[in-house]
Amino acid sequence: MRDQYEGVEISAEHLRELARQMILIRRFEEKCAELYSTEKIRGFLHLYIGEEANAVGVMQALLPDDRVVATYREHGHALARGLPATEVMAEMYGKATGSSRGRGGSMHICSADHRFYGGFAIVGGGLPLAVGLGLADRMRGKTHVTCCFFGEGAAAEGEFHEALNLAALWRLPVLFICENNGYAMGTALERSESETDIHRHAESYNISAEIVDGMDVCAVEEAARRAVSKIRAGEGPYFLENKTYRFRAHSMFDAELYRAKEEVEEWKERGPLVQFKPCIIEHSLLAESDFEEIESDVANVVEEAVAFAEAAPWEPVEDLLKDVVTPRENMA
Amino acid sequence: MSETRRITYRDAIREALSEALTKDERVFLMGEDVGRYGGAYACSKGLLEEFGEERIRDTPLSESGFTGAGIGAALAGMRPIIEVMTVNFSLLCLDQIVNNAATLRHMSGGQFSVPVVIRMATGAGRQLAAQHSHSLENWYAHVPGLRVLAPATVVDARGMLWSALECPDPVIIFEHAMLYNEEGDIASEGPWTADIDHAAVRRDGDDATLITYGGSLPKTLAAANSLAEDGISCDVIDLRSLRPLDRERIVASVVKTHRAVIVDEGWKTGSLAGEVSAQITESAFFDLDAPVERVCTAEAPIPYAQHLELAALPSEEKIVAAVRKALRI
Amino acid sequence: MTAFRMPSLGADMDKATLVEWLKQPGEAIKRGDIIAVVETVKGAIEIEAFEEGVLDRHAVTPGESVLVGTTLAFIRNENDEGTSTKAVVPPEDITPAINRKPETEKSGAIEMISSNASRTAHVVGERKVSPVARKRAAEAGVDIARISSGEDGIIGLAQVNAFIETGEAEQKERTLTQDAPPKTEKPSLNLDVMRKAIGDAMTKSKREVPHYYVASTINCTALKSWLEVQNAKRTVTERLLYVAPLIKAVARALKETPNLNGFFTEGAFHPSTRIHVGVAASLRGEGLIAPAIHDTDELGVDDCMKGLRDLVTRVRTGRIRGSELSNPTVTISILGEDTADSVTPVIYPPQVAIIGCGAIVQRPWVVAEGAVEPRQVMTVTVAADHRASDGRTAARFLRTLDKLLQAPEAL
Repeated sequence: MRDQYEGVEISAEHLRELARQMILIRRFEEKCAELYSTEKIRGFLHLYIGEEANAVGVMQALLPDDRVVATYREHGHALARGLPATEVMAEMYGKATGSSRGRGGSMHICSADHRFYGGFAIVGGGLPLAVGLGLADRMRGKTHVTCCFFGEGAAAEGEFHEALNLAALWRLPVLFICENNGYAMGTALERSESETDIHRHAESYNISAEIVDGMDVCAVEEAARRAVSKIRAGEGPYFLENKTYRFRAHSMFDAELYRAKEEVEEWKERGPLVQFKPCIIEHSLLAESDFEEIESDVANVVEEAVAFAEAAPWEPVEDLLKDVVTPRENMA
Repeated sequence: MSETRRITYRDAIREALSEALTKDERVFLMGEDVGRYGGAYACSKGLLEEFGEERIRDTPLSESGFTGAGIGAALAGMRPIIEVMTVNFSLLCLDQIVNNAATLRHMSGGQFSVPVVIRMATGAGRQLAAQHSHSLENWYAHVPGLRVLAPATVVDARGMLWSALECPDPVIIFEHAMLYNEEGDIASEGPWTADIDHAAVRRDGDDATLITYGGSLPKTLAAANSLAEDGISCDVIDLRSLRPLDRERIVASVVKTHRAVIVDEGWKTGSLAGEVSAQITESAFFDLDAPVERVCTAEAPIPYAQHLELAALPSEEKIVAAVRKALRI
Repeated sequence: MTAFRMPSLGADMDKATLVEWLKQPGEAIKRGDIIAVVETVKGAIEIEAFEEGVLDRHAVTPGESVLVGTTLAFIRNENDEGTSTKAVVPPEDITPAINRKPETEKSGAIEMISSNASRTAHVVGERKVSPVARKRAAEAGVDIARISSGEDGIIGLAQVNAFIETGEAEQKERTLTQDAPPKTEKPSLNLDVMRKAIGDAMTKSKREVPHYYVASTINCTALKSWLEVQNAKRTVTERLLYVAPLIKAVARALKETPNLNGFFTEGAFHPSTRIHVGVAASLRGEGLIAPAIHDTDELGVDDCMKGLRDLVTRVRTGRIRGSELSNPTVTISILGEDTADSVTPVIYPPQVAIIGCGAIVQRPWVVAEGAVEPRQVMTVTVAADHRASDGRTAARFLRTLDKLLQAPEAL
């Protein structure tokens, strides 16, 4: 960590909040892994552990009216965006009080209130949508920013290129965040891309782009603030390539045959909390006791989320067909 | 009786677009060559001059990109009309339509709606060969979360667009390319809205029910006329909405006539005709006097040569023969 | 103490093989510690603990393949006093999905036999009748079997409507042309179809069934005399025909030769414990059916007569019940008076025997002292399936029948 980050408030209060959000995501997901192995959570479960700095850092730069489009690895984004852990956990359980009333599950956490358009399970599928959200704001003269997260695997999809081209062509207020964790499921970047510097694709579409240390939450916040202010100023889209790493497998049922344990260990040493915590303590901004307090608060939040989800009712089967389309009798 | 005026199907679409753009500032038209070119089928000719580049938005050849953008804009409260030049090209944006537009409402537990209208030309008949002649309406009609319309008349072409825009869910409108030059009478004065929930009975009869939609309606009506000369009277049902299907009206007619012939330009295997037939056997089996007949396109990619193309497609003669078979005469 | 179970790592994972224990009994376990390695269809995966404690003991050894939810080891928690593992009652196992298979279906052999049996007297062939034609006919109370099909062999709405409008008159006319007493009702069996069905059944029989034939001529004088005495006491409607005691005698004789009564199906003979004698009846020269008199052996002669009368009436008016047509266990074919001396009948598969009775005729008969006298005699021929019986069986049947017919009062 550096001493200074442009535009980032290095105060105890702010750093404490960054730490709290990252720890919340970590503990929440660890609990999810446990609940998955006992079959409380089903479907696919993609954990964000190791990548927390990205969602937490970027969200600092967004306002409530901004919009967020994420991927199927989006629990961290949802929590960082402020969705209640209770509703997110209930959604994981498939309960009626889940954020998507049990219809979305782990991959489709949504919240209209938070302008969180959800996790999208088709790689690259969220990008054109983000372009459209940006287009709507642009056409109506709004200064909202649409922030679109995706992995480096999306760069191989046609939709990635179509979306970048459209956003640049129409100078749309879209912040593209490529969370480059090095692996598209099990395929290493260099085995799937002829251009391994993903941000260079953006540059080829005349989009301002930069590489960010995705393991340093302040660096991510700094870059996101810079990008957002340019977008709000009407300079068109912006592209961040955040170099990061997932510590856990792609999904729960993954033997990780494609990467070396040593590599995982090396990245873990650079983990977002590993580099953050000692540095903050060394600068006397927060004390060890602050972290203990955060851990204890977070444990309560997670416990409460699980209790909420356990106690939550199931959506009645009679409502299976609800919200497929709008009932016509409800129409004017 | 109120005044009418005669216009083409293409004019009807253009008038409907113009009206929608005038009435609601959230509406905009987006697609390949909708602006300066005036639309591949000239449906948006002159609209760029009237409404400007922001609202008559030419796009790059990025079907997935601009269709997804339309879905995103709808999600943000706009009322986009996406023109995908033809159904053949729509396969490039199938992901956005099927995985995003159709799912968002349900997948979000009802939090989001996608009031987008996606128009596309469909069908064969102009010697455009295998990659420009598909009728894939059934692909879309298969998907819960979408509404699928097929205006077969000038009046419906004029009225369905606004009704579709009023619908909070994604609506796909299929315009059969052979219909653009068809003429018809519409009321001189509006409102020009259309019922997008029910099938229409285009002709009354007692001996058989002909069920069709879109570009096959003119052929089907011609067949019904020719049968009428031989004293055979047919109900002709224009489905209009391909999803949902108006089961009630289909069944009511078959209960009356006891014989059903479905005319569908899609390939027979896995066709909409198959779905209609299944609904008939589910709901009117004990009223049938003959097996349900289907007149569909031959199971081959549509060939270029005219005689082959004609042989592949449903025709008046094939429809007449199918009705006679159902009547065992 | 808590159970450490094989975790479910994906909806498509139902089991895994333990490869290696990374924690041994006595070792401290922290949350997140990797405890073991398991081999799944996707490769080896390390599995972690979500509990704090001390590994008490392993419950599975490396190399064992176990279902998701199976206890792999026990972890001793802080609040466990002592180390007694036998006190531990493992919580009920999570029932793994793989164990929730429905019971496999029972064999349908019995049903198959009965459905085969029900195909036996398939006299009324299949006719194509449109659903709405069936419905309309039912509403109008018209028996579909009385309606002629169209040229294409199908009965549609048009045929039903035409029948309802004009049918009655036509039917009447057709009936009058026959030399039978005029009746308004016709047999409700399509005769063309029936002829075809008889043809099919007989062809199959002659092709597949190894017939053998055994015949005897039986003195029926006692039977005829007994009938005369009986009928003299009765009103016309109560009178007995010789067929009634004959059928009864046949049924009783069959009871003693069970290998002639039953069905040959699925490559084996299945004798029937009940005796339903099918009586081949000619339909005024236009067809033949053999409805059954159920449990013939248990009926008295009068009941046999009643049953026979009822059957004949209903055959002629077409009101035969399906079960009567479908389940005779044996058939008797009686030529009747003024016909012929004997008949060599063809078995109705899957039945295994048919008894053919010639007319009772007066013939010279050698009596006790070698003198020849006129007697009422009948030649009875048994055609039987060699897969179910042999000639001795049929001969024994004929001897029994003969004996029974000499004492009709005992029937």
